[in-house]
Amino acid sequence: MSGFAVILRRELALSWAGGGGPLLALGFFVAITSLMPLALGADAARLAEAAPGLAWLVLALASLISLERLFERDYEDGALDLIALGPAPLELAAFAKALAQWVTTQAPLALAAPVILAALGAPWRLAPVTIAAGLVGGLGFAFLGGVGAALALGSRRGGVLIALIVLPLFTPPVIFGAGAIEAFAAGLDWRTPLLLLSAYGLAAAALCPFAMAAAARNALS
Amino acid sequence: MIKGIAIRSLALARGDRVLIEGLDLDVASGEAVVLSGPNGAGKTSLLRAVAGLIRPLSGRIAIEGDLGEIPLEDAIAREAHLIGHQDALKTARRAWDEVLFQVRWTGGTADSAKAACARMGLNALLDLPVRKLSAGQRRRLALIRLSASPRGLWLLDEPLAPLDRVQRARFGELMIEHLARGGLILAAAHDPLPVKSRTIEIAA
Repeated sequence: MSGFAVILRRELALSWAGGGGPLLALGFFVAITSLMPLALGADAARLAEAAPGLAWLVLALASLISLERLFERDYEDGALDLIALGPAPLELAAFAKALAQWVTTQAPLALAAPVILAALGAPWRLAPVTIAAGLVGGLGFAFLGGVGAALALGSRRGGVLIALIVLPLFTPPVIFGAGAIEAFAAGLDWRTPLLLLSAYGLAAAALCPFAMAAAARNALS
Repeated sequence: MIKGIAIRSLALARGDRVLIEGLDLDVASGEAVVLSGPNGAGKTSLLRAVAGLIRPLSGRIAIEGDLGEIPLEDAIAREAHLIGHQDALKTARRAWDEVLFQVRWTGGTADSAKAACARMGLNALLDLPVRKLSAGQRRRLALIRLSASPRGLWLLDEPLAPLDRVQRARFGELMIEHLARGGLILAAAHDPLPVKSRTIEIAA
């Protein structure tokens, strides 16, 4: 087995089963969304109109939940030393970590998003664009989140620090993601924001592993 | 294959404090060197520096291979094991899953992991979650990768601490075999290793 396959398999198993995983993020997503009608009032038309923006915002916040453990648990129990001494460079291991985060958290959230939208009264025809935006936007959330998680290594209250580092960087995907869904709902050009969102997600996947590895090395030394 | 380590006028610092200055040390193939000294003298830092995890303040660490010097990063990625005082095991996972990851990650296979577990008498524990194991049992799991994925350089930080007398003797056999194959051992230890070794004092 190649080094990358070995670490990816481990990361998937850890984030799928190791407490939390998709269920935790999904539970958070559903719980917050169910509070929306209570906060905004029972006006169905108003809820349906706000649904894409709200759902997208909750998607971004839900992705923060399991980030704190992404590097911290390996840092605390010494596994990060072992990972740093492995056959694959730390950059590739960081890529595997963020990719596992995307598979186990972002992808389930993206698949659940249309259900949430429909529950808030938005039409089902938004489902394909919502899933597509959730998947590519989730790449951005997972990889930028990984940078925040690596930078916060060893600090107390890492979770708060991660949110402070990462949330400003979530601005573009939130704008383009919610924008694509709203444009689609209004019959406007939705391809441009979706393409910009994809560009952002792919650029994050390509560049963030270097930042994650540098931050992790710094924490180890 | 690593033929030797040559450390020349090495200085190491943690934060503002200089721990080690002007250290020269050679470890040759087939040799075990024990770093001895009081707590906080810099034994762990020296091991981590040889593992490439800490950048020295000055001086250099050279790894010699069959065909001359190997860049430290390559040598470590292919030829070194570091056993720290933490065992790098996830408490919620099954012992076997964790051992299998550690062994595969360092270049071994499922078969070599199984053979090593049988030899260390760990088979009965492999289905348990790591949480249920004692400190000594966890350390034995972490030591599995030493024999299951052959690498020339063993960097050991207090490897014997949680082991009982029987396990220390078993681990001693592993070390003797490793040295006989031309391996190198650099260990930080307060108790003498159960193999013939050279001791280097690290002053505080």
